Amino acid sequence: MASALLSATHLAAARGERLLFREVSLSLAPGEALVLRGANGAGKTTLQPHQARLTRPEAGEVHRDGAHHWIAHRTGLKPHETPRQHLQLWARAWGSDEADVDEVLAAMGLARPADLPARLLSAGQRQRTALARLKLQHRPVWLMDEPFSALDVDARKRLENEIEVHCSGGGAVIAAVHGEPGFAVSGEVVL
Amino acid sequence: MTPTPILSAFRQALGEAWAGGAGALLPVGFFAGAAMLVPFGIGHEAAQLREIGPGILWVALALSSLVTMERLFQADLEDGALDLWLQTDAPLSAIAAAKTLAHWLAAGLPLALITPLLGLMLQVPPEDVLPASAAYALGGLAFFFWGGVGAALTATVRRGGLLIALIALPLYVPTAIFGALALQSTASGLPPEALYLAASTLFALAVAPFAMAAALRLAAD
Repeated sequence: MASALLSATHLAAARGERLLFREVSLSLAPGEALVLRGANGAGKTTLQPHQARLTRPEAGEVHRDGAHHWIAHRTGLKPHETPRQHLQLWARAWGSDEADVDEVLAAMGLARPADLPARLLSAGQRQRTALARLKLQHRPVWLMDEPFSALDVDARKRLENEIEVHCSGGGAVIAAVHGEPGFAVSGEVVL
Repeated sequence: MTPTPILSAFRQALGEAWAGGAGALLPVGFFAGAAMLVPFGIGHEAAQLREIGPGILWVALALSSLVTMERLFQADLEDGALDLWLQTDAPLSAIAAAKTLAHWLAAGLPLALITPLLGLMLQVPPEDVLPASAAYALGGLAFFFWGGVGAALTATVRRGGLLIALIALPLYVPTAIFGALALQSTASGLPPEALYLAASTLFALAVAPFAMAAALRLAAD
């Protein structure tokens, strides 16, 4: 248990007056990829900021060893911001100046729309930009909320590949996914 | 803790203020328009205008500072940038202060810069207009920080603009009082009373960022 990157015990969350889930426990060791399952409204999106320790659950505790990336539904892009500006801003804010933004853009298939403001980008391109933040700085834990929702087949393959590389390098992933995850799954958490 | 996220937040907020055209000039237009209406409503009696001019400008400045406040934090909450700022290793209060300061530079400082013009229009003696505009800049900074508290508290509220005014205007009172006091005798630069104004601004700078951070944490939950 001591080697877990992230562990949660007896979590419960409520949305308004409604209890979403309770007694959810999980632990994430290096190299693991957990999939969060649950119907719409089951609380997958509520669980993730608890794991990121941004918000406090109604009950239970989260222990986290090591930094995380959290890729949420809301991409964090400003309407006028281009993918390049977005990645440069966060590379600088995170102090990872050595990150090669051009290379990251190319790796995510964003070389062409790199200088278009986000309001002109498609949902998939915005999601690719958010996912590109994963490559700006190495962090062991990736939390992802439906990372494939707006991606095309090509981007989906790239991301699945990224996740497998990340896990084989000692990283760990928790992803809320509908349908078949295209990466090696080490466990499921059902809400 | 590293200061880089704070600088990034400052830079982003500054860019944000100028994105989408001249949004930052909106308060200036509002300010000038409100001040311009005064002679029409009061009459053009020079002595009377000189009497009430500085006070009118304080009121107009207070209201103008609220014009673009609504989007200061709400936009970050909606597009997910707030979640990203929360995950940096910089304190949220410093991020919020940096954003508010950038917002004041883009939208608040121009207000102070046109006060000499509006002051002359309201018959403020020419030798008084420059010290007065320094006082307006100082007071405006306090208005923006208190307004930022209102903006953070109403970040989750749709059309929360008026709510911001309800929250922020009472907090403006000390600044307005000391501001008016500071402009009573500006013949030879700013009088000692201006120190009270400076103190009330310092108080806003010291307290408001923590209030904004607490409100934003609630909003993110």
